[in-house]
Amino acid sequence: MTAYIIRRVLVAVPTLVILIVLCFVLMQVAPGGPFTSERPLPPQVLANIEARYGLDQPLWKQMWDYLVGIVTRFDFGPSFAYRDRDVNDIIAQGFPVTLTYGLISFVVATVAGMGIGVVAAIRHNTWLDYIAVGATFSAQALPNFVMAPILVIVFTWQLGWLPGGGWNGGQWQYLVMPVIALSTSYVASITRITRSSMLETLNSSFIRTARAKGLPEHKVIWRHAMKPAMLPVVSYLGPTFVAMITGSVVIDVYFSTGGIGRAYVDSALNRDYAVMLGVTILYGGLTVLFNLLVDVAYAWLDPKIRY
Amino acid sequence: MNSTQKILAAMLLGATAATGSAFAAGTHPVTGEALAEHQVFTYRVLDEHSSVDPQIVEDVSGSDVVRDLFEGLMNQDAQGRLVPGTATGYTVSDDKLTYTFSLRDDAKWSNGDPVVAGDFVYAWKRAVSPELASPYSWFMELMSIENAARIIAGDLPVDELGVSAPDDRTLVVSLSQPLPYFPQMVTHATTFPVNPAVVEAHGADWTKPENIVSNGAYVLTEHIPNERSVRERNPMYWDAENVILERTVALVINDENTALTRWLAGELDRTEVPAGQFPRLQKEYPGEAISFPRLCNYYYTFNLSESGPEAFKDVRVRKALALAVDRKIITENILAGGQIEAFTFTPAATADFEVPDVEIASMSQTERDAMAKALLAEAGYSPDNPLKFEMIYNTSESHKRIAVAMSQMWKQKLGVETTLANMEWKTFLEVRANQGFELARGAWCGDYNEASTFLDLLTSPSGYNDGKYSNAMVDELMTMAKVADDTQAIYTKVEQVIAEEVPIIPIYHYAGVYMLDSDVGGWPINNIEQNWYSKDLYKIAE
Repeated sequence: MTAYIIRRVLVAVPTLVILIVLCFVLMQVAPGGPFTSERPLPPQVLANIEARYGLDQPLWKQMWDYLVGIVTRFDFGPSFAYRDRDVNDIIAQGFPVTLTYGLISFVVATVAGMGIGVVAAIRHNTWLDYIAVGATFSAQALPNFVMAPILVIVFTWQLGWLPGGGWNGGQWQYLVMPVIALSTSYVASITRITRSSMLETLNSSFIRTARAKGLPEHKVIWRHAMKPAMLPVVSYLGPTFVAMITGSVVIDVYFSTGGIGRAYVDSALNRDYAVMLGVTILYGGLTVLFNLLVDVAYAWLDPKIRY
Repeated sequence: MNSTQKILAAMLLGATAATGSAFAAGTHPVTGEALAEHQVFTYRVLDEHSSVDPQIVEDVSGSDVVRDLFEGLMNQDAQGRLVPGTATGYTVSDDKLTYTFSLRDDAKWSNGDPVVAGDFVYAWKRAVSPELASPYSWFMELMSIENAARIIAGDLPVDELGVSAPDDRTLVVSLSQPLPYFPQMVTHATTFPVNPAVVEAHGADWTKPENIVSNGAYVLTEHIPNERSVRERNPMYWDAENVILERTVALVINDENTALTRWLAGELDRTEVPAGQFPRLQKEYPGEAISFPRLCNYYYTFNLSESGPEAFKDVRVRKALALAVDRKIITENILAGGQIEAFTFTPAATADFEVPDVEIASMSQTERDAMAKALLAEAGYSPDNPLKFEMIYNTSESHKRIAVAMSQMWKQKLGVETTLANMEWKTFLEVRANQGFELARGAWCGDYNEASTFLDLLTSPSGYNDGKYSNAMVDELMTMAKVADDTQAIYTKVEQVIAEEVPIIPIYHYAGVYMLDSDVGGWPINNIEQNWYSKDLYKIAE
């Protein structure tokens, strides 16, 4: 197992380097640059700005300096759009915000989704099951960019219960709507996966054996059915977790949370190269890490899997 | 916070508390209106501001903040007229090349330092220094300050800039050529002073709330990027006793419909009205939905360069297309926010400018359509041989609706076949700047309140002339206008040439369309540039 983990970590390094190079090249290929604006800068001013940021250097040199900066100084470069902030500042400010509402949404989505899914499976073909299935289908048909403005209209304007946006250091009133908007569709997906996987497990022969030897139903479910039924859910949760904690531009846009999702999209639109690369590396690193964690969790859940 | 900072902060708080309540629950000294207890103004901004460094800021929302934090030589009043700022006034030499500003002696920085002429000299040199590489250094060039262009190009040292401080209260500016609207330009953020000691001590971080020192009516107390920025009354400001508003809060809200909902919920005092919703809101919230002319225009530009289509080289084709656009449908049905139909380039609201009479403006739409049909037929286009071209615009719902409407009008009236292409902003700019288009959307907001800020765009040397229109007479007239005493006759002539040659299709002139809470007093509706100052606002008791 340890050898497997080390091997995976070693593979991650070239993966990230390829990601950086690819991203770097793609950004350069995209039309326009960080200083393209409606009022084109006089050539001399543009030259001054490019010299300031080293953009007048050949591409390989820029990439090399960038990598050296990361490795030696943990410096992910400057932001071209905001002079008083660098990439480290932008990530340090936005990522904790995203992490907070992402983690809470993940917990809410997982607990609610798995809970409803298991109950629906156990009470298969009862009214409970029908309500759960109906609700999850509706929830999935309601994307968060529709949900978000509706929430603001209802809870801020009509009822006046919650602030319509902002972050305010993560006070709970400011968290409620982002968490609902972000977790709803995930609750629905997790419910569906849990329910069908649990149904399948409950129909398998080892469950029949467990029941036949007279075990009470709750023990059958908790001790025997739960672990195998969770396998597909766990493989779904890995990427979902990364997607949720790396933020959602929709949440950031509608609730002005100041999270990293918005900063990422802005960096692409602004051609803010270093910010875009920095966040890409962060996302890439997290994806690699959580895929590894999922694989490890697999081995624990399913005795058949060995590395 | 170290101990000195703590003491300073405590002093600041004490001073605010001592002077702050002077107006609360009182009445406005001029209008006599009862003032609200909480003097806080909260408004929506679309995007995070680029910077609050006067020499670097380039966006409108950033400039709004900078105008509160820093005070330049002159300010604008509610009508957009010049009023004294840090300077009490100025004199100009007979040859109009030297301006001498006298600075008031009670102006202070928020840390208590006096504001001296040297602070302006430092700031202006900073604006042109290649080392800082300000994206707005061109503004100093536009101001015609002596040697600015060569310093920006790196040919001369920064110290050669034509600005000096013979003493702490006197600032002398030398121009390379007379510029009638020069005094207007010193209300622009790029020309605002900075405190040299603070800039040198903190480098690029000097604008952070914990470091910043400013000389305006407000100080920056909080800034959470992409969420909010807060500015509060500066007790050190020379006119602090007449500042009523305690605090101004800018909230970043991208989605304008969400912003509107939050305005309805009472969370905001001011927000923009989404296109098409003004008539409804005006009915439901009379007096709070407001619309007024802005110093911006909206147009389409033909590519007249080598790479442009042959068809557009024919003035009859260009004129036919311009005639057939029913601007009323665009301003009244699509935008519906009080925008003004445009047949000339410069907005009517521009200072000292009267919109010249041009033929197309006085015709009815039916007459225009008939003339358009005749012209296009004359140019050799018919249903069997239809005119075809592509028009580009940057991705946006309202641009799309306008482009679709225009292409429909052309299709129905003239049988013209247009292909619409929308592009992401930076791609669009790149394509347009390199003449990779046939017909492209354009819009321009004045850098200062004078017609040349618009008409210069259509001169051959202009870097913003993306259609590459070139007319020797226009170029010559615009050069003449720079030194002329009476410019109206010149601008009229230029507009007439443009109306005749149609290098662009003017569509409409902008309107500012806001929801503004009725308890906000002092909003400068008549300041066409919308250069507003929190120090002139107040909240009325409800």
